[in-house]
Amino acid sequence: MNQPLAAASAPAKTAGWDGRSLRQMLADSEAAFAATGRCFGVERLELKESDPIRFEKLFSRLRGSLVNARETSLNISASPIVKELGELCFALYGPEGDSITLSTGILVHVHTMSEAIKYMLRSDYEENPGINDGDIFVNNDPHIGNVHTADVQTLVPIYWAGEVVGWAGGVTHVMDIGSNTPGSNAVGPTTRYEDGLYLPCMKCGTNDRLFQDHVRRCERAVRTPMYWSLDEKTRLAGCHMIRAAVQALIREEGIATYKRFIREVLEDSRRTFVERVKQLLIPGRYEAPAFIDAQFAAEARLPAESRKDILMHAPMRLTIGATGRLDVDFEGAGKWGLHSFNCTPSAMAGALWVALTQTVMPNDKVNDGAHFATGLHCPKGSWVNPEVSTTAHSNAWYYLVPSFGGMFRALSRAFYARGYVEEVNAGYGHDGNILQGGGIDHHGNQSAVSNFEMSCIGGGAGIIRDGLDHASVMWNPEGDMGDVESWELVEPLLYLGRSVKPNSSGPGRRRGGAGYECMRMLWHTATYDLQFVGDGAVFAYPGIFGGYPGASGYRFAIKNNDLKAIFERRAPYPTADRNADGRQATDLVKGDVILDKRATDLPAAFREYDLYLSFMRGGPGLGDPLLRPAESVATDLEEGIVTAAFAERTYGAVVGEDGAIDGAKTEARRRALREDRAAKAMPVRDWLAKERETRVLARDLSAPVIDMYRSSMRVSPAWAKRYRDFWRLPEEFEF
Amino acid sequence: MIPSYDRATLEELLDGRLPWPEVHGIMSAFKDPDRFDKMLEIHQARMGWSDRILLPYGEHLYIVETADGRRIVKCACGQELGDYRSNWKLDALVRVRSTRAEIEELYPKMMAATAGWMELREFICPGCKTLLEVEAVPPGYPIVFDFQPDLEAFYAEWLGRPLPPVSRGSGG
Repeated sequence: MNQPLAAASAPAKTAGWDGRSLRQMLADSEAAFAATGRCFGVERLELKESDPIRFEKLFSRLRGSLVNARETSLNISASPIVKELGELCFALYGPEGDSITLSTGILVHVHTMSEAIKYMLRSDYEENPGINDGDIFVNNDPHIGNVHTADVQTLVPIYWAGEVVGWAGGVTHVMDIGSNTPGSNAVGPTTRYEDGLYLPCMKCGTNDRLFQDHVRRCERAVRTPMYWSLDEKTRLAGCHMIRAAVQALIREEGIATYKRFIREVLEDSRRTFVERVKQLLIPGRYEAPAFIDAQFAAEARLPAESRKDILMHAPMRLTIGATGRLDVDFEGAGKWGLHSFNCTPSAMAGALWVALTQTVMPNDKVNDGAHFATGLHCPKGSWVNPEVSTTAHSNAWYYLVPSFGGMFRALSRAFYARGYVEEVNAGYGHDGNILQGGGIDHHGNQSAVSNFEMSCIGGGAGIIRDGLDHASVMWNPEGDMGDVESWELVEPLLYLGRSVKPNSSGPGRRRGGAGYECMRMLWHTATYDLQFVGDGAVFAYPGIFGGYPGASGYRFAIKNNDLKAIFERRAPYPTADRNADGRQATDLVKGDVILDKRATDLPAAFREYDLYLSFMRGGPGLGDPLLRPAESVATDLEEGIVTAAFAERTYGAVVGEDGAIDGAKTEARRRALREDRAAKAMPVRDWLAKERETRVLARDLSAPVIDMYRSSMRVSPAWAKRYRDFWRLPEEFEF
Repeated sequence: MIPSYDRATLEELLDGRLPWPEVHGIMSAFKDPDRFDKMLEIHQARMGWSDRILLPYGEHLYIVETADGRRIVKCACGQELGDYRSNWKLDALVRVRSTRAEIEELYPKMMAATAGWMELREFICPGCKTLLEVEAVPPGYPIVFDFQPDLEAFYAEWLGRPLPPVSRGSGG
């Protein structure tokens, strides 16, 4: 017992390579990158150059094993969000936490999990609580590495001969996270303390088994314990499949080859990304600001300080340097707030990454190599980088998704200029409505629902084609709306109809993809809290090259109605709200009607037979709508994508008495609209002079707009200067 | 294998006439490195003017070098929209839809943005009256400068040839 201290505390057993700790490996990797600009300082891609076929096979085998892990393990889940819509993904990381390859799915998390692993290394988890073979970790904290709390990550170290050679990570979007309002995109939280269950990089199992206390704790913290538990087993099974696949590969190829491969593949991807930027894009500066509303001024259920109408400002600037480096800057984003929409730099980095995987690097090795070739500026104190850790993030996606909508437009300008017109895409529509809520369901159980039909909103228009109708969503390029029958199993609401939403697609020479709507009716529940989540006061996703945004959203419900009697009489019932005026339903059903533009609200009680309309938005358009071929408008009319009234007003397409488009009248109408357009326009410089005096200097703006400017100018003196310079305002000008 | 497509194929692609399976093949393949020059030729041949196109800038818009050596944004109709280093929108016409009635001409009432929160700014070519860009921004927002290319770096460092010298009086 009296041995010298040094002898008593033998060097801690380290799991890094060459006797180093994992933390040291991460520090060494970062130092090598800082010194050389290359991942791990790799100069020559020796493995790739000496045996390129083997190099590709190694990547393909790993990639295949990840896709296999996803496709197999999702069958464990019972949640339609995971099982049907595929809101999960898996990734393989190197020992320092850089992603090597990934499965398909909700790709944003490939990078957020990377940050979680690095957090554990930087925080000396190797020493306490230990990172051992068979350990299991869980994380969902956006301030560590995540978007919002409902995206739950499982992380498993992969050992070989006493060393960590990598990590397997899996993420699923769970149905409920125990926030102060139900569902996985909760809008009720205003601080971290209402966000629900936080699992900030915690060891939750060892020897390949979950700790019983962790399992019980989580099941008691969320409203959907059965789904939670099966989701966790989904993630764990996938991670273990990946670990087995990596170890099998090492057995066959040798550990030296594997170690060399995971270094080279990152550097190879970094170089490939830079090459692709130079091959596909144009150096320069791109601007694409975005906005989204939340109308909470009349929301009595929120704390007093949160009761206000807010307009999010995401002034995205993309700069592509002559070296091929790509930098995204959110300077000017407004202050973080007492609401659930705040984002962290980790969330923004994940979103940048998922945007790039769908645009600049969709068909090569996708991994963190691209991350090393990009920069992201998230100003401190803004909603993209709150300087406090007490902010709520439960619905961070609500701000995050529109803020990256402009990324697609910006890159599309470059694709067009470069001649790659097939890649041009005006972006995507707003990923709402989210039908969300909770209560006692039709099985008599406590439940929560977050309907994920919004993973199939309308796509953006391209140069060579219209936007995809009710197709996919920014955060999961494999979007699926899920079967009606599956949603009816988990939600106490029947589908009375699911159909294309007329006039939802953004007008343009190429129109945006159409959205769709679902008429839902509460069923076999005495009372159930439901809310709407979506844009209402703004168009969150503009078009490009003269195309218009997809339509904005609204709230429609008929409560305390006579549907029960209508069914008993076997009389007609409503299946849609085709004209977005409520009439299709109110002509048939009597009750208390909610029909307004406050499209994001808080959960409120619904009763059996109450109607709820869920409208999934359309995508933005491209080009002057008056140049849309008349036969394309005719097809839109036939398919119910546009109604005759808007075909004439927007496209100048006149429908004749026979129901077909009248060519001569259409030509005349288009000429008239063009003349009308010119007659109502004025030179921009004249308009600016007028606007400066009557609007800006006079501060003749609505309260949420003034709030938005005030917030951005206070957080960012640089943006304030930009604003004052543009309008030639005095230095002391402020809102 | 690095692909290359003939002019007819690229014209069909640009016009949206290429059958989808072929488009899909192009999208899935490696990109053809000679695309920029070929597309430039296609655009140039379609214009009714002879100013040399330096960069396709957007549907109907081009950055060109004029006969007297100015580098400007120019509409397909021939309308000039100012030096490419400043925002072409400043030389356009604008129609602003800021009232409820104006926005609801294009969208059903419940699917329109709310006046006061957002306006639609329609930037129109003063020559051909084509709608060139639509901004959806809150009132009072500075005009967005969508795209400011670094032409010098693009030509010299990425294409590997200098930006064509300013050809004063050469006719482009």
